[in-house]
Amino acid sequence: MKFSILVNEGPFTHQCSDSAYQFTKAALEKGHEIFRVFFYYDGVNNANKLAEPPTDDRNLTANWSALAEEHGVDLVVCVAAALRRGLKDDILASGFRISGLGQLIEAGIQADRLVTFGD
Amino acid sequence: MSDNNEAPPPIPPDDDEDEFGVIKKFCYVNRKAPYGTVYALESLEMVLIAAAFDQDVSVVFMDDGVYQIKSDQAPEAAGMKNFSKTYRALEGYDVEKLYVSKESMEERGLTTDDFLVDVEVLDAAALSALLAEQEVVITS
Amino acid sequence: MSKLHTVNKSPFDRNSFDTCLTHAEDGSAVLLIEDGVYAAVAGGQTAARITEASARLKVYVLGPDLAARGMADDRVCAGVSVVDYGGFVDLAAEHDAVHSWL
Repeated sequence: MKFSILVNEGPFTHQCSDSAYQFTKAALEKGHEIFRVFFYYDGVNNANKLAEPPTDDRNLTANWSALAEEHGVDLVVCVAAALRRGLKDDILASGFRISGLGQLIEAGIQADRLVTFGD
Repeated sequence: MSDNNEAPPPIPPDDDEDEFGVIKKFCYVNRKAPYGTVYALESLEMVLIAAAFDQDVSVVFMDDGVYQIKSDQAPEAAGMKNFSKTYRALEGYDVEKLYVSKESMEERGLTTDDFLVDVEVLDAAALSALLAEQEVVITS
Repeated sequence: MSKLHTVNKSPFDRNSFDTCLTHAEDGSAVLLIEDGVYAAVAGGQTAARITEASARLKVYVLGPDLAARGMADDRVCAGVSVVDYGGFVDLAAEHDAVHSWL
């Protein structure tokens, strides 16, 4: 089955990004396809490679990048939400790309299920 | 959304023509008040894009979400942008299915006269039935 | 259309749990995640609503989120099933759509 995931919060204030990551990982382990993970609202902060969480804590940005690397997961950051928050291509972690909100609608159309994680 | 450079124009799917052949029931469920948090504003931007993709779009206002369409909003005094007029523009994007929870409206002492757009008021049973038939539910 | 509803807010903080139960159609599933798991704990004010809901809905709670909060599986109300992330994925796949009550 094809899943799309919408992530609406950043990786530090709310558990939403953790939940989205754990869901995505579990879906891949079960052999499902992840059509796209779309980051909106403060969720775009998941893509900031300049963030340096303490080394004894998880690093969600790195975890997302690893999913993109290992499973080819398409990680898309909303351009409008990203510009507002100062997130641009030069600080984008590997595996992420910036694109329009149309990519979210396409994710909703193309996937069998869209699962939203937010606050 | 047209008076600044924050929201890009709707971007159609790049090359897959088949996408236009699929029409899904997209439902945006708004349960948060405007201004206190950014959710109402950025949710509205998502609604406009879905309409540009010719999807069957419904917008639901329930719980504190009913405050999003209160008339006479003047956030300028608090230094914020007034995006409430954009709700009126939804019709121009063929987003005409706007629903309000009857219970949420009444609990807050509001009537349809308080709203800046025409809405259909649904009681809990009718709203449940509407939500049940939606294929893509986007909440914030 | 059968739906999977998720609730991620404590029922003592926000009304997401109540609104979800009010609008979830008979036969649909409700999965409590993140701070939403507190609604499933037996002995609290939400227990009666959970029992009432489990008569017409399938109610699940995410085990890892319970454990994170110091709640053992045996603290969960009768009628609520504990699932892991794989179970969450299965529920999302088994139902026609997912509605996240944030």
